[in-house]
Amino acid sequence: MREIKVLVVAQHDNQKISADTLSTLKAAQSFLEVADSGSIDALVVGSGCQSVNEQLASCEILDSVLCAEHENFVDCIAANVAPTIQQVAEGYTHVLMPANTFGKDILPRVAAMLNVEMLSDIMAVEAIDTVVRPIYAGNALARVRSNDSIKLVTVRSTAFDKITLSSSESAKIVAVEPFTSASKTQLVSRECVERERPDLSGAEVVVSGGRGLGSKENFALVEQLADKLGAAIGASRAAVDAGFVTNDLQVGQTGKIVAPKLYIAVGISGAIQHLAGMKDSKVIVAINSDPDAAIFEVADYGLVGDLFEILPELTNSF
Amino acid sequence: MKILVAIKRVIDPYAKIRVQSDGSGVETNNVKMTINPFCEIAVEEAIRLKELGIASEVVVVSIGDKSCQEQLRGALALGADRAIQVDTAKTCHPLSVAKILKEIAKQEQVGLVLLGKQSIDNDNNQVPQMLAGLCGWPQATFASEVKIEDETATITREIDGGLETLKLSLPAVVSTDLRLNEPRYASLPNIMKAKRKPLDVIELSSLDIEPSDSQEILEVFEPSKREAGVMVSSVSELVDKLKNEAKVVD
Repeated sequence: MREIKVLVVAQHDNQKISADTLSTLKAAQSFLEVADSGSIDALVVGSGCQSVNEQLASCEILDSVLCAEHENFVDCIAANVAPTIQQVAEGYTHVLMPANTFGKDILPRVAAMLNVEMLSDIMAVEAIDTVVRPIYAGNALARVRSNDSIKLVTVRSTAFDKITLSSSESAKIVAVEPFTSASKTQLVSRECVERERPDLSGAEVVVSGGRGLGSKENFALVEQLADKLGAAIGASRAAVDAGFVTNDLQVGQTGKIVAPKLYIAVGISGAIQHLAGMKDSKVIVAINSDPDAAIFEVADYGLVGDLFEILPELTNSF
Repeated sequence: MKILVAIKRVIDPYAKIRVQSDGSGVETNNVKMTINPFCEIAVEEAIRLKELGIASEVVVVSIGDKSCQEQLRGALALGADRAIQVDTAKTCHPLSVAKILKEIAKQEQVGLVLLGKQSIDNDNNQVPQMLAGLCGWPQATFASEVKIEDETATITREIDGGLETLKLSLPAVVSTDLRLNEPRYASLPNIMKAKRKPLDVIELSSLDIEPSDSQEILEVFEPSKREAGVMVSSVSELVDKLKNEAKVVD
């Protein structure tokens, strides 16, 4: 064992750090726990992100918050921010980002620039060079050892708790030089769907609908149950493709990975690709008219019947 | 403009995988193999760009032993013009794959490289970003819409919480998400025609790239199984179980 230096590249909107970053910090702490000694720094790449720095500075496990500011970094476009992350990463043994669309987009680019392989979507840390990650849509797990000089890792948020921030500043904030070149990428627009419901990846309860709902209008039955339970809404690929909901609500191998306390699957058959996104939920409830649906194989509680009768009754029961 | 599409041979997404008892990997003998679904979407998009008169030629490339020629022929049957098999029996991890693709992209002088966002076997989601990083080209990952005009690509991407649109100067690397398009089926005449389309084999050794072995899979194992659940017969029984047995709702 030896001393390790871990860098967490923070995700933020120039105002606030993301919940996934808090889980990534926890994974950083897991690396520290299996090492002899070491330290953790955070890197904030952005523009006008003073409040982000301050939030991170209150994280007790951090030594320093490094901040690289440049107007080109405001939208966090991979090609624009990668050179700076690469430069800073060279002083570290581990560089971590969340395994969401932000970390997945940026970190492999940095890895190539550093000429190292990468470890995607890790679920557990076993040693400073050994992690566990899912393959084949989570139907198998691989224990992987990396001999690269710098280990670049994206972290599955549902596999790690969120670190709690204290109120007092403990880490020092250090400005670092941004590295930029002429940008070949421009952001044209960003449309984020505003929702009053809890965020899908962090919700304690998720109600998901599938093809069985039949129409966009019928999806309201899922929404009503979700509202009653204070739950987030999810969907299968079939429901997204049919236009019932927007694609950012898709749960599965290629969508979001969730692991809530309670997952209620309504009218979802349970394809391998969907199960990949929810089978680590604590309690799974399946409601389906087909008693042979694969979803019943992973459900703790299954109810066979007509969801158009069951859903309103269930909603009225809470 | 020439488009390069990278494709991978993987276990069929609907096949149930079996972990080998010695923990060395997943059983691939006598298992149905197919083109990775995301790669198929990339091929479809390239062909559509050719049909629009934007692409002059669509070249498909795959890395592996002779067996991946089956998937390359499949892509030719869908409408690709030419195929390249980079022949190697060794396992190539994403960085090595990206280095090989960079070499092919350079040799072929392509204007756009289209790839799937991830392969459904290793689920890495790395190669396109690595390729873009190695080439110093702009990247747009998880694309759900691709528009090419003059020397720029306007790409709509699926991101957490919504969509974003980027404008990239070409050459560039784009990775495809599921919703980019609906891949076509190959017709029998096109399957026949594809047999006569050019398929070049390049030895990996001729590219002067040694596949990295910096990562070692120590063990592949099955995730812990969930305990069998129970079927309930009514909504009231379900609510009772959730409240009093699982205690997950109030």
